[in-house]
Amino acid sequence: MSEHTIGQSIPRIGARERVTGAQKYTADLPFPGALHVQLVHLDAARLAIRRVNRDEAARVPGVVAILIAEDLPDPMPRFGPAVADRPLLADGETRFFGEPVAAVAAETLDAARQAATLIREQIEVEELPPVITVEQALDPVSPLVQGPESRPGDPLAGTNILREWTFGWGTAPDQAHLVIEREYRFPMVTHFAIEPHAFAAAPDESGVTIWSPTQHPFVLQRVVAACLALPLARVRIVAPDPGGGFGGKGWPKFEPLLAYMALRLGRAVRLVLTLEESFQAARRTSARIQARSAFDRDGRIISQDLRTDFLVGAYADIGIRVVSKASYAACGPYRTPHASVHARALLSHTTPSTAFRGFGTPQASWAVESQLNEAARILGIDAVEIRRRNLPRKGEAFIPGDTPADGDWGAALAAAERSIDWHAPLGPGRGRGISLGLKSSSTASASLAIVRLLFDGSVSVFSATSDMGQGARTVFAQIAGRELGVSPDRIVLTMGDTAVVPFDSSTSASRSTVFMGNAILRACADIRAQLRRLAARAYDVPEETIAVEPGAVRVAGRELTYVEVLRDGFGPPRGELVGVGEDRGSGFRADHPLGGRPEFWEFMCSAVEVEVDAETGVVDVTRLVLASDVGKALNPRQVEAQDEGAATMGLGHSLMEELILDECGRVRNLGALDYRLPTTMNMPGELHSILIENEDGPGPYGAKGAGEGGILGIAAAVGAAVQQVTGVQIRELPLTPERVWRAIAQNRRDGS
Amino acid sequence: MASKDDSPDGVNLSRRNFLKSTGVVGIAATVVSPGEAAQSGPPVVGPGEVPVRLNVNGRQLNLSIEPRVTLLDALRMRADLTGSKRGCDRGACGACTMLVDGRPVYSCSTLAIEVQGKQIRNVEGLANGNTLHPVQQAFCDKDALMCGFCTPGFIMASVGLLEKIPNPTPEQIRKGLDGNICRCGTFNRIFEAVSSVKGVRRG
Repeated sequence: MSEHTIGQSIPRIGARERVTGAQKYTADLPFPGALHVQLVHLDAARLAIRRVNRDEAARVPGVVAILIAEDLPDPMPRFGPAVADRPLLADGETRFFGEPVAAVAAETLDAARQAATLIREQIEVEELPPVITVEQALDPVSPLVQGPESRPGDPLAGTNILREWTFGWGTAPDQAHLVIEREYRFPMVTHFAIEPHAFAAAPDESGVTIWSPTQHPFVLQRVVAACLALPLARVRIVAPDPGGGFGGKGWPKFEPLLAYMALRLGRAVRLVLTLEESFQAARRTSARIQARSAFDRDGRIISQDLRTDFLVGAYADIGIRVVSKASYAACGPYRTPHASVHARALLSHTTPSTAFRGFGTPQASWAVESQLNEAARILGIDAVEIRRRNLPRKGEAFIPGDTPADGDWGAALAAAERSIDWHAPLGPGRGRGISLGLKSSSTASASLAIVRLLFDGSVSVFSATSDMGQGARTVFAQIAGRELGVSPDRIVLTMGDTAVVPFDSSTSASRSTVFMGNAILRACADIRAQLRRLAARAYDVPEETIAVEPGAVRVAGRELTYVEVLRDGFGPPRGELVGVGEDRGSGFRADHPLGGRPEFWEFMCSAVEVEVDAETGVVDVTRLVLASDVGKALNPRQVEAQDEGAATMGLGHSLMEELILDECGRVRNLGALDYRLPTTMNMPGELHSILIENEDGPGPYGAKGAGEGGILGIAAAVGAAVQQVTGVQIRELPLTPERVWRAIAQNRRDGS
Repeated sequence: MASKDDSPDGVNLSRRNFLKSTGVVGIAATVVSPGEAAQSGPPVVGPGEVPVRLNVNGRQLNLSIEPRVTLLDALRMRADLTGSKRGCDRGACGACTMLVDGRPVYSCSTLAIEVQGKQIRNVEGLANGNTLHPVQQAFCDKDALMCGFCTPGFIMASVGLLEKIPNPTPEQIRKGLDGNICRCGTFNRIFEAVSSVKGVRRG
């Protein structure tokens, strides 16, 4: 029996494969004989397709098929995880820059590309005005992104509002000491997983197999099956570990098209997007947030009135869920006696926005946390103190009827305050900022796991979680190792193949350690129960006299290993024990605005120190402190990695990241050169992660989910720090040198 | 291909017929396919394949490739060496970094034909059997990776840096690795890993 490793930073499983280049990502797989697919997309967001001329393209040697909308069934097969609104190929007109109008399949990639170029050059189109901003989407004279005919029975059909919600509680106050009313903007940003999306599909005797680095294999299976009218069992998803996901590989993109092509052509097909195409395939929802916050003289929040307008793109993808979930909890981790949130998901001729680390919360936090910082300044209250006064205590409900505060959030705030030396004097040109982030975690969802105890005592774990860098394999091995008394090197995890692993809702919402972790824990308990029955039969003693502990079975005063019990129980024919575990959380609730309470809150305090160069507007984050309430860090180094990675990504949208669209809806900064994102040169010289561990989460050993916290509130912390130096609160991200410089210049003009 | 189904089941309309007609029949008539005229299509532009000899990880590779083929493509697509990754394919993200005569290069932006006669190393040539290169070992020890897709490039850039400057300052590490992007945000661990490596011989 080995010592368990819970709470220890054991080495990452899969590290060796990754440092040697042996790890196979989807684009590294051979797929012999597969046809290469090239999508044909055009040079504007919204174009009416008059005629696709493909005869010349079809004559390119090696081209096997060119598919356009007319070739598809009528009505056009559509797909989507929430609303089946996205066509396999652009239907009549393109609705975003990058929406394919045709798909070429050829024996070589060169041939496919050459044909695609010819089609692009010879297509007859008519340019139509696109809707690319929140204001345009809301303007009643703007064109409709989705016509009323495609939204039957929808009272909002005839507008560009895809869905709207009103959340809130309490009654509006009669009076307040201070009311702040401001508007904030959050840009479109892209996931930029370093691995571009890659897909393959092949017909086989049972149906179709799809390879995709998807985060949610069972969502993909469901969506493809629905789109192609196949039984789930005939759609097999193989999901190699993603080279980064961040939400961008969560929801189906071109897999339904590939599956259709594979079935129609009777051949395997493959498609590896370029980085530029990946930019056009997924993005974060941009937002305009109008916030009206009322405070008493002590800085206590009296009310928050938020209008959250999220620009979700041309099709719903999972955008509806992003908007509703983030808006529901948009008031943050504060006692808010009166809350009123009006949220809208707006259609536009832009890339369908999707899940992206934080799931809409960074957008809302930017507004709410900045409001709080402004109130503190006006009221002369310290920014830490105003938060302390408004934070609920553990166990206190802050959204009526919902999951109460489930952690010692004040402890995280205090830890960050100490670590950043909040009260120490600042040097010239330096400022500090602090903010809190709170995200509603996974609600009603399900994870199943299978654990097999093999005859020699080694263990196989089967789980549909995708290990995309968060370290799921490592943590799952630690859990199974703890429960069965097996060292992680005798545990092998199989993931990402729906033909092999049992159902899991998704790898999202920081849910896997909690949900899948619990499922594995319970599968191990199932194994122990079976061992007990096996031992009772083998040694002919009553079950209740047998105790099964991790790695040991106590029978009639003897301590036996699992292997001894398996040998004695199964004898020469051998065998194994198969344990099944499941976690469904607290379940679906039809009366809850989100269909269920969050199982836990993800809470993070971020504090930064910045240096601002007033001459250039360059903001340099010199110190960054993160304090997260994680319940229990099963592998602390991996948790810290996730927190730091999320914060680094947050520095991106705080300081530099932004997709820039022209009037045609084209993204002008596609690719790594023109789209700036953090590199080694942008890392804070000092980066400190603090984990608050009170073992008070619903996951194994008291764990909560982690991995998104670091990105939630960082923009507001940076914004406040920049304000402290410059005297200007900028309300539009990112805080680029130009924007900061202009704000400083404007401030000087106003002041002089 | 167009098929109507009288069942009013919204988006599922006609799927049954659609599958009946598509799942098994292969190429349908309306999909334009190359016919007899295939050979009369536009000619392939550029010269054909030429022999290219590369020395990769100490082994001689004799390839027949077009002159326009990049070093990355030559290794990934013609030599089954997929350890180096294609991220941006534009010489900006660094996932494809290899060492050519000890110098880190973006192999996606280097023509294979240009680096004949030079010593090419990629991540797959670093380990000595089961013994990892000290830089690979340091990345494991410091957990300097998450998804791992950028790791082969970072490791090669780090080896290149350490062979040039065996004991780099933090600033030298920052600058030396600025050509590589890690979207997971493991930069600080990479700094730790590279700082911890001892005994890389000057190249």
